[in-house]
Amino acid sequence: MEKRVIFDGKLLPYALLLPQLLVTLIFFYWPAAQTVWQSFLIQDAFGLSTEFVWLENYTTLFANPDYYRSMLTTLVFSGLVAGFSLAIALMLAVQADKQIKGASAYKTFLIWPYAVAPAVAGVLWLFMFQPSLGLVAQAIRSLGFEWNPLLNSNHAMTLVVMAATWKQISYNFLFFLAGLQSIPKSVIEAAAIDGARPARRFWTIIFPLLSPTTFFLLVVNIVYVFFDTFGIIDATTGGGPAKGTETLVYKLFSDGRLGGDLGGSAAQSVILMILVIGLTAIQFRYVERKVQY
Amino acid sequence: MVERKSIFDFLPHLVLLIGILIVAFPVYVAFIASTWDAATIANGTMPLRPGPHFLENYYRTIFVGTSSSTRQPVGGMMLNSLIMALSIAIGKIAISLISAFAIVYFRFPFRMPAFWLIFMTLMLPVEVRIYPTYKIVADLGLLDSYPGLTIPLIASATATLLFRQFFMTVPDELVEASKIDGASPMQFFKDTLLPLSLTSVAALFVIQFIYGWNQYLWPLLITTRDDMQTIVIGIKKMIVTQDALTEWQLAMTTVILAMLPPVLVVIVMQRLFVKGLVETEK
Repeated sequence: MEKRVIFDGKLLPYALLLPQLLVTLIFFYWPAAQTVWQSFLIQDAFGLSTEFVWLENYTTLFANPDYYRSMLTTLVFSGLVAGFSLAIALMLAVQADKQIKGASAYKTFLIWPYAVAPAVAGVLWLFMFQPSLGLVAQAIRSLGFEWNPLLNSNHAMTLVVMAATWKQISYNFLFFLAGLQSIPKSVIEAAAIDGARPARRFWTIIFPLLSPTTFFLLVVNIVYVFFDTFGIIDATTGGGPAKGTETLVYKLFSDGRLGGDLGGSAAQSVILMILVIGLTAIQFRYVERKVQY
Repeated sequence: MVERKSIFDFLPHLVLLIGILIVAFPVYVAFIASTWDAATIANGTMPLRPGPHFLENYYRTIFVGTSSSTRQPVGGMMLNSLIMALSIAIGKIAISLISAFAIVYFRFPFRMPAFWLIFMTLMLPVEVRIYPTYKIVADLGLLDSYPGLTIPLIASATATLLFRQFFMTVPDELVEASKIDGASPMQFFKDTLLPLSLTSVAALFVIQFIYGWNQYLWPLLITTRDDMQTIVIGIKKMIVTQDALTEWQLAMTTVILAMLPPVLVVIVMQRLFVKGLVETEK
């Protein structure tokens, strides 16, 4: 789509674009290019000499069992968070979509966790599950279960999954609710007149019509778990115990900062960049289809 | 709907109330903890009702700082977060408005490449280019400064896309009318386009304010001085994972303070926020 009526101007449009382009080139493209370049280099421990090594950083990375472990952690983490937050949000959205009193008040009470910083969400849950003084942790322990997220990596994973899910429910809820409200009521009423019970109506009509929304949210949630949960993990478990909650982004961060392995960290960045490009492309394919309806 | 009224009518309310309970419970616990003293919490005997130390804890957190180490007062951190969030939100909106204006209302060589250059940044989250970006900011001498905290996060493909889409729907007649009136492009932008965009601007402001306030990785790397810290980073530094010395009542006071501004913004601006969210994502 193009505008028919436009303004003349030789320099003005460039002047208007300049700030955006400057920030983009200096803080996006230049560092991204540096990252790619760095991923082909190995630097000695003192940063005195660098050597171009082609793909050695990548082969080292893929030979390292730690990397696969971190991949698996990320996969488990994303799967659990996306699964739980989508399921819970859908359930709440379906109830909030019904003609009930106070629906908008419910909505207000459910959407605000969107505004809570991931790191803050992490600390909130850490406090409840802190083994010696946490309210919930004490309850669990009094049942005879040895709960300790500081020592047991499965417990730590449970903790970060809960915090990340809690934070994401509100976002998914909003989109599911928007999706539900765009389904024509007449379709559902027709099915009801045909004698379909609520559960059947949900699975045969509503859920399929929601599938584009669900797919979109799935991709968005995966991106969220990959990148935005850094704060949750850093503030609650620091990737531990025993690297049990070290996701790909966390590993990239700690390898570069604590390990000083810039080449390896850059190679990890490039792999993540490729992943994001893929996920973003999928999102836009979806948006395109959506627009054509 | 067609079903007759039955006892199951309370089911939606029940499910939603349980949902709200789950959503609100951690915050309630944090608030309760922020009103008790350290000993009550450390003993694990904290009751589920507010304690007597509300004023003391909030006063100490905001103005004095926590004592066990050399923590800054949280008031200063909140100010830093506020400056960061406002700069990012206003900066993003400003540069996206004018770049979308250039792309929609002018024809010039390099127009589409420029658009794609901006568009592609959607695929470069700060996390994946973190060290080189850090180095550039360091080379520019912007570590521990507000420009260093905000400018690298200001470019925004989503805001530009949103404004571009919105400008496309503005009727051409308006441009013709202002041209007949002899208005310059910038006059048209200021007098016609900007007033029409106010709703989108407000919606985007809510989302970007929250984005800026909640930043974590970037301020963590870029600030080393205590007085430049944001509140989200401040909380993390109060939690000493392996240590009993964490002053949980003050950490929880800080948690409540850190949540308050963005949550208030969402609740007060709910309608705009939802509009902006759905539009930027689709």
